[in-house]
Amino acid sequence: MITLTLTVNGAQREVTAHPDTPLLWVLRENLKFTGTKYGCGIGQCGACTVHLDGKPTFSCLHAIKDVMGKSVVTIEGLSSNGSHPLQRAWVEEQTPQCGYCQPGQIMRAAGLLKETPKPTRAQIVDYMKTNICRCGSYNRIIAAIERAAKEA
Amino acid sequence: MKAAINTQRRQFMVGAAGFTFGVAVGAPSLLVGDAHAQNSSVKLNNWVTIHTDGTVVIMSPASEMGQGSLTSLPRIVADEMDADWAKVKIDGSAVSDKVFGNPGRGFHQYTAGSATVTGYFNNLRQFGAQVRYVLMDNAAQRWSVPVAELSTQPGVVLHQKSGRKLTYGEIAAFAKIPAEAPQIAVEPVAAANFRLIGKDIPRVDIEGKQNGSTKYSIDVNVPGMIYGAILREPVEGAGIATVDDRAARAIDGVLNIVLLKNGVGVLAENPWAAFQARKALKVTWGDKAQGKNFSTDSGYAQFSAAAKDPAHPVIDWEKQGDVVEKLKTAANIVEGEYRSDYAYHAQMEPLNSVAAVSPAGDSVEIWCGVQSQTIAVTVAAQALGIPESKVKFNHHLLGGGFGRRGNRDADFVLDSVLLSKASGKPVKVMWTREDDIHSGRFRPLYVNRLRAGLDAAGNVTAYHHRAVCDHVMAFMDPVRFKQVKGRDGIALNGIGVGSYEIADRASEGVLVHTGMRTNPLRGIGFTANSFATEVFVDELAAKAGVDPVEFRLRMLKKDPRGRHVIEETAKMAEWQRKRPGHGLGIAYVNYSGTEIAGIADVTVDKATGAIKVHNFWCTIDCGVAVHPDNVIAQTESSIVYGLGLALIERISIANGAVEQSNFFDYHVPRMRDVPQMHVKLVQTKNHPTGAGQMAVPLVPSAISNAVFQLTGVRLRQQPMLAGRVKTALLAGEDRFA
Repeated sequence: MITLTLTVNGAQREVTAHPDTPLLWVLRENLKFTGTKYGCGIGQCGACTVHLDGKPTFSCLHAIKDVMGKSVVTIEGLSSNGSHPLQRAWVEEQTPQCGYCQPGQIMRAAGLLKETPKPTRAQIVDYMKTNICRCGSYNRIIAAIERAAKEA
Repeated sequence: MKAAINTQRRQFMVGAAGFTFGVAVGAPSLLVGDAHAQNSSVKLNNWVTIHTDGTVVIMSPASEMGQGSLTSLPRIVADEMDADWAKVKIDGSAVSDKVFGNPGRGFHQYTAGSATVTGYFNNLRQFGAQVRYVLMDNAAQRWSVPVAELSTQPGVVLHQKSGRKLTYGEIAAFAKIPAEAPQIAVEPVAAANFRLIGKDIPRVDIEGKQNGSTKYSIDVNVPGMIYGAILREPVEGAGIATVDDRAARAIDGVLNIVLLKNGVGVLAENPWAAFQARKALKVTWGDKAQGKNFSTDSGYAQFSAAAKDPAHPVIDWEKQGDVVEKLKTAANIVEGEYRSDYAYHAQMEPLNSVAAVSPAGDSVEIWCGVQSQTIAVTVAAQALGIPESKVKFNHHLLGGGFGRRGNRDADFVLDSVLLSKASGKPVKVMWTREDDIHSGRFRPLYVNRLRAGLDAAGNVTAYHHRAVCDHVMAFMDPVRFKQVKGRDGIALNGIGVGSYEIADRASEGVLVHTGMRTNPLRGIGFTANSFATEVFVDELAAKAGVDPVEFRLRMLKKDPRGRHVIEETAKMAEWQRKRPGHGLGIAYVNYSGTEIAGIADVTVDKATGAIKVHNFWCTIDCGVAVHPDNVIAQTESSIVYGLGLALIERISIANGAVEQSNFFDYHVPRMRDVPQMHVKLVQTKNHPTGAGQMAVPLVPSAISNAVFQLTGVRLRQQPMLAGRVKTALLAGEDRFA
């Protein structure tokens, strides 16, 4: 166990954990940012997607010792009140069903819009291939991303 | 007036914070609750509470796992009581079969079978009407006018003659509860003018799901909580032979290692330590498992032999006329064997539960998302040898269910109870994805054998369907298995001819105790049985030389709703329009009263055998759609689920154990796999039927039929993996000996 400082959602936060612990578990269990979800633990499903220095990243694949000094943003930090254009679009399109994967989907989509503000459908489908939605809300995710891109 | 009125002895309750109604929706006895000291934040056994500020709190008794009933059920109550939806708040109900059980499921608080709206519908309408009547009656007494002169607008009682009005909140401040509760006969569905039912509204659970604040049970944090993980026996019933836990105990943060009946539990300060220790355990397993020598291949061989053996004992499912005689005189006989592999739920939230057993072991509090709250409570009480009243159950939204979380032994709830008892602390037990797959409970393995006779005009004169698969209900719910006397509908639904008119027919099942773990999976038996039926019907159409759409319509002369969904789907898809390089295939099913048809538009990469679905058209008639946009969302969801089962999802068994581990070898559909979906909802004035899974079984058969139209090759096994398709295309045939 070590004590180290992580920058999460704009604030410095001290955590005590084993240095090899994946960021996912420290976010969820130490810092209580439970919007970041566990789905597979091996970077196959995208439920744990956060932004690491601005880029969408699987938090299950990064040990905390490797993210010191980097900026971590979770779904709770994407906007203070759910007002990010993607979050509004997710509501407008009534995208979530069980909802479990959706914070990861939104964080992934936010990365896409940062890189490509007006993505084509093909670009959306290619970029979002990392994230599984078992409820099959994919076409509504696409619609929400297109809406957010238009309105942003 | 909305309805006629008579009375029945029922009991209502009133409280200081407002006005609380409680009735048992279906159970015959009166609900008796605490009529005093109501606190607006926590109420037990109450369906509706009206606060003096006009807020109406409606309980929702079902599990919310994505299917939307948290929104739909209160909507039914609100419609009939004429509540102002903007002032409605929805709360999850307490655990009680008696008060909150689903009348359509024998008053069991069990969310499954797409039976929620259909099962609660009549009772919730009646209850809403009762609440409305009591509000009007109180206003009538205050104004000294006959109740018959009153009417309501959303949230308001009106006396038109005098122009007076009282809001529901104002009435709550003075309302008296009648000793005799009114029994209102609500308008029949066919005549009802719904105000909220049938209109789209935002789901009530969306906001928390876009900002990450929704708390699933995996997100629960209880003071003093530790973490549990379990290494389970690879084959059910194997037992433990030896355990070497030295390496596991040496891991920083590990608190204890606990032997369980079917595995070894790790308790740790944090999840990472628990998972590391679980990996470091060295366990040799016993050889007591019934299924220790079972494999997918041996299962297929055994099932196929049973499917062909006329002398094999069977469960008669549906029988009419004399199939054997009719086959003798048939002009043509068509026969086919179809196969479906085991399939896995893959809900995104791996199984988990949090439990805190009291230090004395005489009570427990649980936090979990389950498909049956009452089963979870019973399991916990029995495990601890305590009364059910000593189990406090906090129900959470589910990160997907799909049938995995309703088994009678509630395996994942039991984990947390046992590990909390062992440690004396609150424990969050999480299954890793690998656990979730290795100890998955699957859609069984199926061999379906069909035989039918055609007369010279191409009419089906005799029809025989035998399904052979693993037992499901006997494993997942022995209580229900006994209740239904062995007629395992989870395994066998879909083997009958449904709405098709075939006078002489027989369908029968053979259920095999293989020792494999099974459960209902979204679409249940239909996923395999309807796959076989609908591909076979296409084969019959081909043999008869009749268009597959026309062939089905001919057999549905007495089912106009069935014909309509087929015709609408064919129209949307422009069925007759040829598309070079593409194939179209149709499938239809009457799934528990919901009429649904689908058409797939596919291409096939002949070099690899990969099938691509470009479009999927679907028409659904589930009667009254309480929340139309959600019916469409559920149908899209079902199509994607069916796509996975059709093309890529496969659990295989070797030496009794599951061979897959995670999403790299159990593939589920991703965004790139999803076709354009064109879903048409046909609203009819019939009692609502299910919507949560009905399209699932259409997809595999529609795809197989589309591939046949394109290539002339029948695909008779799902999933239609690229390698299998390539082999079949090269052979010009996909037939089992």
